[in-house]
Amino acid sequence: MSDLQSPAPSAGQVTEDAPTVATAAANAPSAAASTGRSLLPQSTLLRHLVLLLLGAVAAVVLLEITDPFTNSQLATLSYYAIAAGGLTVLTGMNGQISLGHGALMAVGAYTTALLLQEPADALPLPLILLISVVTTTAVGALVGVAAARLHGPYLAGATLALAVGLPGLAVYFHDQLGGEQGLRVRAPRAPESFESFIDLVSGASASSTKWLAYVGAICLLITYFLLANLVRSRIGRTWRAVRDQDVAAELAGINLGAWRVLAFVVSAAAAGLAGGVLALVVRLAAPSGFTLVLSLSLLTAIVIGGLGSLLGALLGSALLVFLPPFVTDLGTGSGLSSTEAAQLAPFVYGVVLIVAMIFAPAGFVGTIRMRWLTQKAKRSAGRAAPADSSRG
Amino acid sequence: MSYFVNVTLTGLTQGMIYAAFALALVLIWRSTRIVNFAQGSMAAATTFIALALVQAGWSYWLALVVALASGFVLGAIIERVIIRPVEGGNELNAVIVALGLFVALQAGIAIVFGSSFQSFPAPFGLEGFSVGDRRIALTPNGIYIIGAVIVTMLLLVALFRFTRVGLAMRASAFSQEVSRLLGVKVGGMLTLGWGLAAVVGSLAGLLIAGGGFVYPAYMDSLIVFGFVAAIIGGLDSPVGAIVGGLILGLALSYISGYAPRGSSLVTISALVILMVVLLVRPGGLFSSTTARRA
Repeated sequence: MSDLQSPAPSAGQVTEDAPTVATAAANAPSAAASTGRSLLPQSTLLRHLVLLLLGAVAAVVLLEITDPFTNSQLATLSYYAIAAGGLTVLTGMNGQISLGHGALMAVGAYTTALLLQEPADALPLPLILLISVVTTTAVGALVGVAAARLHGPYLAGATLALAVGLPGLAVYFHDQLGGEQGLRVRAPRAPESFESFIDLVSGASASSTKWLAYVGAICLLITYFLLANLVRSRIGRTWRAVRDQDVAAELAGINLGAWRVLAFVVSAAAAGLAGGVLALVVRLAAPSGFTLVLSLSLLTAIVIGGLGSLLGALLGSALLVFLPPFVTDLGTGSGLSSTEAAQLAPFVYGVVLIVAMIFAPAGFVGTIRMRWLTQKAKRSAGRAAPADSSRG
Repeated sequence: MSYFVNVTLTGLTQGMIYAAFALALVLIWRSTRIVNFAQGSMAAATTFIALALVQAGWSYWLALVVALASGFVLGAIIERVIIRPVEGGNELNAVIVALGLFVALQAGIAIVFGSSFQSFPAPFGLEGFSVGDRRIALTPNGIYIIGAVIVTMLLLVALFRFTRVGLAMRASAFSQEVSRLLGVKVGGMLTLGWGLAAVVGSLAGLLIAGGGFVYPAYMDSLIVFGFVAAIIGGLDSPVGAIVGGLILGLALSYISGYAPRGSSLVTISALVILMVVLLVRPGGLFSSTTARRA
């Protein structure tokens, strides 16, 4: 991101270098790690395991106390959040923008849809999702090799072409991929153990909507657990080094290209899983489901939440799911027709993207964390000053 | 043979439109180092303004002038209000702002003008000329498209070469600090540059709409083609943008005309062409820069 050799021409006035500071704040170790005053364990793995467990409990409670409609909304949230999590690792951690994640989701969704065309339950669901992830990872590696040489607007343009172009292949391979109509997906039936589990927890009926919501939640938790560990590991640190100081990173012996490709591959794997879950939840894989707007929505989610923060990606995805119905209601309430009101949500996304980038480039999580860090710095400075004077 | 000629002629006409659109991107890139991903939506907005005027009974030419003028105003306002705060900062932020603008404008068009397909009038006939007893794919409207783009380009060349404003614009694109020291109002030049680019982009939008259908997202593929054409030309060079547009137009026309079911392969081939160009010559075919850009 920071290009040392060719300083960008400054226009009008010199803008403050907020974004770098902001992403740094978003990526700072969490409160628990730095202060040691928290209840969470010190070890990264243990801390994430505890969070995973808490997340699982929260997911079960949330899915059991809400109605079926909210359940399906939460299923939608899960695939947005999985894809946004992958994208935030790519864009926030490694500084590569991708507008092509909608297309990568399409790869995952079509793979899942094709595998589910088989009569009866030929393959177990986890295996199907795993195959989708592997396929998308392969495509992602291919794109990543090309993307590793590009940066900024070039990368944005190339991935934009991917997002617009790839769904066209579904039309070209009409016989296999179903053309414009797409492939219908027969949702797999829930296993018996799930029914008895639901019976045990709440005694509610174990509908197929609920099963899919659980599948989404499980995938989401696993993805975020893996990504969180990755980000806090040597790999995550190397990505940040590549993002912030590419020349220094290269001098330190880091192979920039290989690490950029790796970031893209990890991100593509998440997008593939998200696509698989999408195919299950929507029960359709069609070109119209993977428009440019999908890719741009994912970008909106991670920018609003805060680039580089998994929590931010989750919050941003929640906004993608719960904002449109709210805005659409507002629109129809103020006299717009339903088709016009449906366009209000993307309109709001766009405006929010612009406003967020101009006024709070750190996003929601980043801004709050930055506040918190400044407060802490002030407090420690306040404590240090009297100590110095007493000594002198 | 006549099929080949027809495919070539179609490619040239399409290529001219891509060239105009790529030129709009290059104009903005040269002055502010931003790829304006919102160009397509901006052009769609002015096209819909023209369509509304035509439907209200205005003549095509009057609507064209009003649409181009509104394109200028739109471009200038966007530069001043939205782009100025992110200019010269982190390049990712500028890209994201442009994308936000892209989404917001497209949705705004759908809210104001509706999202259904509407036919857009062409000022000239859409029947091909006859050569002997054969009909070729060159239509009066096609000649109008080629002519309009060439005239616009000549006007731009004249502006940049022979006027003081053009000199000031070139100076501020070359070095903002030096220009400011020499008394050029760089901010104003950037606004003017965005306005002009929006006019060229709007023209491309109006030309491609002529005789076809328009809907809020009808420019989505054109932004990809325009970007690819600009990259082939190196993003920095107006001549490169035009040549890139023509190369792309011809290539896509041949693919669409000769490959089986080629029309559904057009956008993906643009992606392949883009990738090949970026991997072989990351700076584009016409770049003169030695610094790494891609």
